[in-house]
Amino acid sequence: MNYDSLLSDKIKSLKPSGIRKFFDIAATMDDVISLSVGEPDFKTPWRVRRSAITSLEKGRTSYTSNSGTLALREAIATYTAKQIGVTYSPVDEILVTVGGSEAIDLAIRALVNLGDEVLIPEPCFVCYSPITEMAGGVPVPLVTREENGFKLTAENLKSKITDKTKALVLPFPNNPTGAVMTESDLLAIAEVLKGTNIAVISDEIYSELTYGGDKHVSIASLPNMRERVVVINGFSKAFAMTGWRLGYALAPKPILSQMLKLHQFAIMCAPTTSQLAAVTALTDCADDVARMVDEYDMRRRLCVQLLADMGLPCFTPGGAFYVFPNITKTGLTSEEFCVRLINEKKVAVVPGSAFGASGEGYVRISYAYSLKHIGEAMKRIAEFVNQ
Amino acid sequence: MNEKLIKLLRQDSRTDPRELASMLGVPESEVTDRIAKLERDGVIRGYTVLIDEERLDRNAVTAQIELKVTPQAENGYDGIAERLCGFPEIAGVQLMSGNCDLLVTMRGSSFRDIAFFVSENLATIDGVMSTRTKIILRRYKEEGVVFGDDDDTDERGKL
Ligand SMILES: Cc1ncc(COP(=O)(O)O)c(C=O)c1O
Repeated sequence: MNYDSLLSDKIKSLKPSGIRKFFDIAATMDDVISLSVGEPDFKTPWRVRRSAITSLEKGRTSYTSNSGTLALREAIATYTAKQIGVTYSPVDEILVTVGGSEAIDLAIRALVNLGDEVLIPEPCFVCYSPITEMAGGVPVPLVTREENGFKLTAENLKSKITDKTKALVLPFPNNPTGAVMTESDLLAIAEVLKGTNIAVISDEIYSELTYGGDKHVSIASLPNMRERVVVINGFSKAFAMTGWRLGYALAPKPILSQMLKLHQFAIMCAPTTSQLAAVTALTDCADDVARMVDEYDMRRRLCVQLLADMGLPCFTPGGAFYVFPNITKTGLTSEEFCVRLINEKKVAVVPGSAFGASGEGYVRISYAYSLKHIGEAMKRIAEFVNQ
Repeated sequence: MNEKLIKLLRQDSRTDPRELASMLGVPESEVTDRIAKLERDGVIRGYTVLIDEERLDRNAVTAQIELKVTPQAENGYDGIAERLCGFPEIAGVQLMSGNCDLLVTMRGSSFRDIAFFVSENLATIDGVMSTRTKIILRRYKEEGVVFGDDDDTDERGKL
């Protein structure tokens, strides 16, 4: 077979994810301590696991409706109204997906025509740009800077809007920087979008994980914004449910109904067991979430201090579970830093460059690990930096 | 605040006060002041070490001995409890609800040691009506720490 002519040009041109690469290296070495994974170290709350077990005991193993069980969509509607103050109809404005990942894919594919531009603040999570390319769109990075708290500014946004601009991705709280957009930050963004025909894909997967004063605000809650916003959220991060593969999209019916078609044909429905258990997560696990948030917050403060102690400047993150120190003073590139750190000190972290060119000069350290584990890894990083 | 501080100290009482302070979001002086007060008030009674006894010495025996005692008119259980505390061999003495009255924890180098100690020193105390000795065979978890093999159970990135 001539695989080269067999395979699609677009798929061949995609680069594999730069995050996976590092923990694949870590997996081949002994005694590596990792601070690289982007998923909670907590187990899913027991109540949620018990709900899943009960559903299996009862033999509830059929497909659900394409958009998800009505009970779950209703629970999502109630939860969303409470958390971000926006109401969505469980009937035709909520779609349950296979993780936030699928919801992002659906939203981009439902919106993008050949040549459409999608604005993507960077550094950011790795999926928006390749999915845009697969849909025939053109990803346009909007570089966010440490001196602005890695926030998207109105000027930056305005300067990149063209008549081809189709959508803006709004990935806050941000992976990898931990940046959070406040209400006033978002009002400035909304002001730019007002009167345009640009959609917003607001990836709010870390919405529950904010620390310090600034709680998460959704752009969908601002005046006149809801009509253009697809909210992406899910269970992976807030409820420590990564392996359950469950997320959702919230959008006005004209957008959501198109996403639903794609989902119908490509996926059928999100995993039934996960959907049945997820209702418990939304209705019954506020204490578990609060406990996890409290624990992340302690680790976050500790990481920021330990990095400061070793002389690596680090923006104080307001959300998610990552710190994103600036490593330029070591004279190494992000990639060199990570390769040498894993070889010399057996600690795995992810190069900032995996999150877009503007992540160069930074590394992403996850604090979804126990304090003991963080303490040992940070000690080794300090030895590395000081040598 | 004390609750969170104590939780952190329970996990690792050797944590640097500076790190405790940053985790709790308060000045370091507040942490050291609070710890000093907890010590003064007798809430923190000491800092010890968590040992996996069976790993330290395969033949070592830890026993819990349940004592039924007749409370004494003048000082209830306190008199007997204080006498028990006087034995250096005894690691812990607690007044219990339920079937037994006093629970004694002790370590010995063999089962015989313990059995003799109980029959000679505990059963003979005035007011002790009966003793029942239970041996710890294996420790799975102690003070919140799971024992067993150190192998990492973190499957993330490996499944
Ligand atoms: C910003 C962001 N969005 C979406 C996802 C996808 O999460 P899931 O598909 O598990 O819901 C992740 C996972 O790392 C993420 O960091």
